[in-house]
Amino acid sequence: MRRILAITGRETAFYGAVAFFVIVCAFPFYWMLITSLKTNSDLYNVTNIPFWFTEAPTLEHFRYLFEQTLFVRWLLNSLVIGLCVTAITLVTAIPAGYSLARMSGRNGEALGIGIFLTYLVPPSLLFLPLSRIVADLGLQNSMWSLVLVYPTFTIPFCAWLLMGFFKAMPPEIEEAAIVDGCSLFGAFMRMTVPLSLPAILTVVIFTFTLTLQEFVYALTFISSSDQKPVTLGVVTDLVRGDVFYWGELMAGALIASIPVAIAYNLFLDRFISGITGGAVK
Amino acid sequence: MAVIAESARLAVKPVSRFRFILDRRDVLGSIFIAPAILYVLLLVGVPFLLAVYYSVSAYTLYDPTWRFVGLANFEQIIQNPVFLETLGNTFLFTFGSNLLGLIMGKFGALLLLRPFPGRKIVRALIILPWAVPIALATIAWEWMFDSLYSVINWTLIALGIVTRDDAPNWLGSPHLAMLCIIIINAWRFFPFAIVIFLAGITAVPQDVIDAATVDGAGFWRRNYQIILPMILPIVAIGLIFGIVFTFTDLSIVFLLTNGGPSGATSVLGFEGFQVGIASGDVAHGAAISLFMLPVLLIVVIGMLRFIRRREI
Repeated sequence: MRRILAITGRETAFYGAVAFFVIVCAFPFYWMLITSLKTNSDLYNVTNIPFWFTEAPTLEHFRYLFEQTLFVRWLLNSLVIGLCVTAITLVTAIPAGYSLARMSGRNGEALGIGIFLTYLVPPSLLFLPLSRIVADLGLQNSMWSLVLVYPTFTIPFCAWLLMGFFKAMPPEIEEAAIVDGCSLFGAFMRMTVPLSLPAILTVVIFTFTLTLQEFVYALTFISSSDQKPVTLGVVTDLVRGDVFYWGELMAGALIASIPVAIAYNLFLDRFISGITGGAVK
Repeated sequence: MAVIAESARLAVKPVSRFRFILDRRDVLGSIFIAPAILYVLLLVGVPFLLAVYYSVSAYTLYDPTWRFVGLANFEQIIQNPVFLETLGNTFLFTFGSNLLGLIMGKFGALLLLRPFPGRKIVRALIILPWAVPIALATIAWEWMFDSLYSVINWTLIALGIVTRDDAPNWLGSPHLAMLCIIIINAWRFFPFAIVIFLAGITAVPQDVIDAATVDGAGFWRRNYQIILPMILPIVAIGLIFGIVFTFTDLSIVFLLTNGGPSGATSVLGFEGFQVGIASGDVAHGAAISLFMLPVLLIVVIGMLRFIRRREI
């Protein structure tokens, strides 16, 4: 009997702890959802229970967000920025990662660590000179400035990830292709790249999410509403002076969060093996 | 004879030279990595040097001359008591939130190690704070910390812990505001810590753990004398990310407190932005940002040496 009690107690504590973690992590997102669906009179009444609807839920905030703000434009901007940055990153990082993994010999390791360190140079150190460079190129206040600047952190990050993936691939595959008459370059294009498509897909997803998560450069370079990416647009344009449009803010934050959350969950394991594999091997 | 040989050589030359380049491992290796290095040199290396030069010049948006002033900017900054407070805030913010994040991460990883029904869904939910853009999550927290409509205060009042009259004004009082940004950053960081701990722990060979168990090591001993030392390199990598990105962060402070109340939550990145961009005093802004550099270097070099030493 005492044994059963002890086991029950332990199980309760375990699931209690799990529940605590889930609530801590997910509550802000639940809060976004419920806020975005409440009427303003329900939202701004301190006597109502905040966790559920006192008045009937409404889609008014979403309607306002899509019809009265540039939200759709911001989503499109983010999509264009993400696609362009991903293209630039793939073209430069795939060969770089391969070179680091296979071709640079003893220097490869030092170069790899150098590239990794570049990723750690923070935007808050570079945004001042970069805003000057962006202005000199005539790109100030334009989303193309972000297309230019974002590869500075996506390339190092993705080259590092890809280096880990390429190191894990058996070199015999390329050697076989070379024996069969391929050049080294041909072996890379015809064997390595097609075989590492899952890794490349991971890199595409993470480049995209990194561009969505970035905030400092966007804040520094862009002030026109119609050029903003979605993260910046939601948090700056839905606050007018001292007035926070909480319903619209939460609706926008929720919509912009969903794709990133899904992407992370699908590709998390590959991401972790890349980030740690390159480091400890 | 010589002529024939020469013409034969010429005839095959274009193909062979082409193949020669594509087959040389070192040459192709350099060509492969050149675009990435060039991009990074031009848009990280050059701006970095420019930032260093800004910090020793008198450059402002209104007076864009490159007059060299030596270390005068740094001197003025250090003598400013507000800056010293900012520096202190940055350290408190960084170490507070990383420590809290690590503890929660270790604890969360222990929970997720055990298989239980619904573990996949639980993991998906726990990853959310780290995945979602921090600017968006910060806005949700700002709404939760609202002075009047705070859901946290509502709960505290409903539970009878505080009354509406003395409910805490989270973002309006200096210590609470600092606590808020630490909590938000720990909240953002700890899912990453969980994932890092999990990756490390699952990589420890089971026979090592079994051997320790057979030798009589209990739960705590296994955890802290066997597993923890083995996963330290991976944890160190995670910590590099955590410390560097917290120490240089400005988005949480910018959105949540704007450095206030009265500078209580101002951190280096935010101060650099305020001075360099908002006020247009680029030289002083760059100098403030450069104060991050020594800490970053110490952290990164220390961690890298630690990792390498453990490999040997």
